[in-house]
Amino acid sequence: MAEKMELNEIEVWDGNYAASQALRQAQVDVVAAYPITPSTPIVESYGAYVANGYVDGEFVMVESEHAAMSGCVGAAAAGGRVATATSSQGFMLMIEVLYQASGMRLPIVLTVVNRAVASPLNVRGDHGDMYAGRDSGWVQIDAFNAQEAYDLTLCAFKIGEDMDVRLPVMVHQDGFVTSHTAQNVKPLQDDVAYNFIGKYQPYEEMLDFTKAVTYGAQTEEDWHYEHKAKQHKALMDSRDVIDRVFAEYKELTGREYNRVEKYFMDDAEVAIVALGSAVETARYAAEELRKEGIKAGVVAPRCFRPFAFDGIREALENVKAVSTLDRSCPMGAMGTLFNEVSAALYTTEKRPLVSNYIYGLGGRDFSVAEAKRIFKEQKAHADAGHLTTPIQQFSGLRGPKLGFFETKRGN
Amino acid sequence: MAITSIKNLKEFSTANERFEGAHLLCPGCAHSMIVRELMNCTDDNLVIASNTGCLEVSTAVYPYTSWDTSWIHIGFENAATAASGAEAMYKARKRKGTLKDPDAPVKFVAFGGDGSTYDIGFQWLSGAMERGHDFTYICLDNENYANTGGQRSSATPIGANTTTAQAGRVSYGKKEKKKDMVAIMAAHGAPYVAQLAPNKWKIMAKGFQKALETEGPCFINTVSACTTEWKFDPKDTIHLTDLATDTLMFPIYEIIDGHELNILYRPKNIIPVEEYLAAQGRYKHLFKPENKHVIEQIQKDIDAKWEYLQRREEARV
Repeated sequence: MAEKMELNEIEVWDGNYAASQALRQAQVDVVAAYPITPSTPIVESYGAYVANGYVDGEFVMVESEHAAMSGCVGAAAAGGRVATATSSQGFMLMIEVLYQASGMRLPIVLTVVNRAVASPLNVRGDHGDMYAGRDSGWVQIDAFNAQEAYDLTLCAFKIGEDMDVRLPVMVHQDGFVTSHTAQNVKPLQDDVAYNFIGKYQPYEEMLDFTKAVTYGAQTEEDWHYEHKAKQHKALMDSRDVIDRVFAEYKELTGREYNRVEKYFMDDAEVAIVALGSAVETARYAAEELRKEGIKAGVVAPRCFRPFAFDGIREALENVKAVSTLDRSCPMGAMGTLFNEVSAALYTTEKRPLVSNYIYGLGGRDFSVAEAKRIFKEQKAHADAGHLTTPIQQFSGLRGPKLGFFETKRGN
Repeated sequence: MAITSIKNLKEFSTANERFEGAHLLCPGCAHSMIVRELMNCTDDNLVIASNTGCLEVSTAVYPYTSWDTSWIHIGFENAATAASGAEAMYKARKRKGTLKDPDAPVKFVAFGGDGSTYDIGFQWLSGAMERGHDFTYICLDNENYANTGGQRSSATPIGANTTTAQAGRVSYGKKEKKKDMVAIMAAHGAPYVAQLAPNKWKIMAKGFQKALETEGPCFINTVSACTTEWKFDPKDTIHLTDLATDTLMFPIYEIIDGHELNILYRPKNIIPVEEYLAAQGRYKHLFKPENKHVIEQIQKDIDAKWEYLQRREEARV
């Protein structure tokens, strides 16, 4: 039996350590991993738990991230709890196997410490890797700070392993800003955390020889479409389970999570939609601006996938202007959040003005002043009744101002 | 528990029906013989991982499967890693007491063609061997990317005609020699490494059993004659394999603990390689006068390798 760890009511943990503690408390059976900045400390901390008897499971240090996810798939098909961690280039190397994990409906938990994708090489945080996973068929949950990284990793096991879901789950946090910044974290004691997740329930497992199972079959035009549609439905249906797990977690801890997080949105006139640590920056800016009489609010998709199309619509349909903030370079298109949010708002009566900011690439800091400026710009749009800037702009970029696309809507 | 008394091929071929005869492999393909033999030489439960390749695409096309045991395919390169993961899960669950039948013996096996073994999955295989998982990796070596229509692999011998190393007006086919995968695997310090062939089925079954019973990562390279890409009549698969082993194009031997080499089959009459080459369409062009030197080279290489294997065996080092 693994040793239990006595934890203080409040610990000072960074996001990486918080995630590693959640993996330990989940009593994961197999962790197959390969280290990469900035998620390396998750794997190292886990290695320390293994070396000191805090883990009963197997710790398989493979030779690449592709192999890490391959090992996870083999292990998960063998009927136990599986998790790993990665970032950036490692994530990109895993991508082939991410699709296979979700296609085989294996509830693996992957903690992704978001980092920019080369070239040029960059170890700092942006959302290039997270966005690259968006069609991979995984549930993608986003943590904005260390406490959330801990809480949501525990929730991830319970969501993915639910018999109505059986899908892999990513829990994202921002590289360095979240992963390497020590904050106060209120952990659960080991038994409480494990009992919340519950015992792993094997399903169609390779180690039950009373019934042969074939994983990873081939389907061509006769069946592939049906399989993929069914997988999409499973991801859509996971919304109810996510809501239920968040509700149970609130009951246990008092900490509330929602698929769409709303801040000052009851009467907001202008809003920012963002992911990651920028959400907290934007919230702080909104609070400041409220003192100046600007009714600012913040909407954050806690679940990047499945995307809360209806929740986003409901949160934003009454604002006048909204800026969507994408921390990933869309390369020849509008940002992903812009596209998703605009699509949701196009179906509303009032169709708020929507614009797009690219920001914070390669770990460029996102400041309160910047967030305030963006809010004020939304206010100008709202007052004018139309966009007063190009639809897509870059925040915090050096050199000449970049802007793309003009609105065709009159005032 | 392994099946110990192997006397009769007919009896043995039906010893343990876990690989269904219904599959999509070409008539005359040696893959199914090798796979069937592996599955027949043990009564233990089997978890099998397959790389993408002929075997995989021919045995698990939804809604059918040829596998009456646990089977997984992920991608082209990672069967060794899938087996690693499953084996790690077995150890963890055994320790934690969550297995349905904790006392039933389980063996982990990965299959790959030479494309996935020698080339695209080389790193994944090397990693799994180094980590020391208790599994057996079997390469079904047909010396080309047969599933995609016969392109060269690093297991393709010098002089063979493939679609990406073609014989033509100014080319005699593949210019490079075959990678020595058996030596590379032995260099990993694997406890059991061997090269086996389905025509010598008793030797092959014993080798498989040895690998399955040996704790740790074992590697076996099997010659799998490819009727489609080697270009011979499907009825001649075993005849072709006889020529492969008796010309010593495919010597049959094992290496224990990375160093102890034993030759497992010595042909009574060593046949000149010309006879083996002449039996296959892929070498047809070598019989043109300007390409005769390639045949000479192949024979020279075979002789040198055989000399080397014998001296290694005698040296007991």
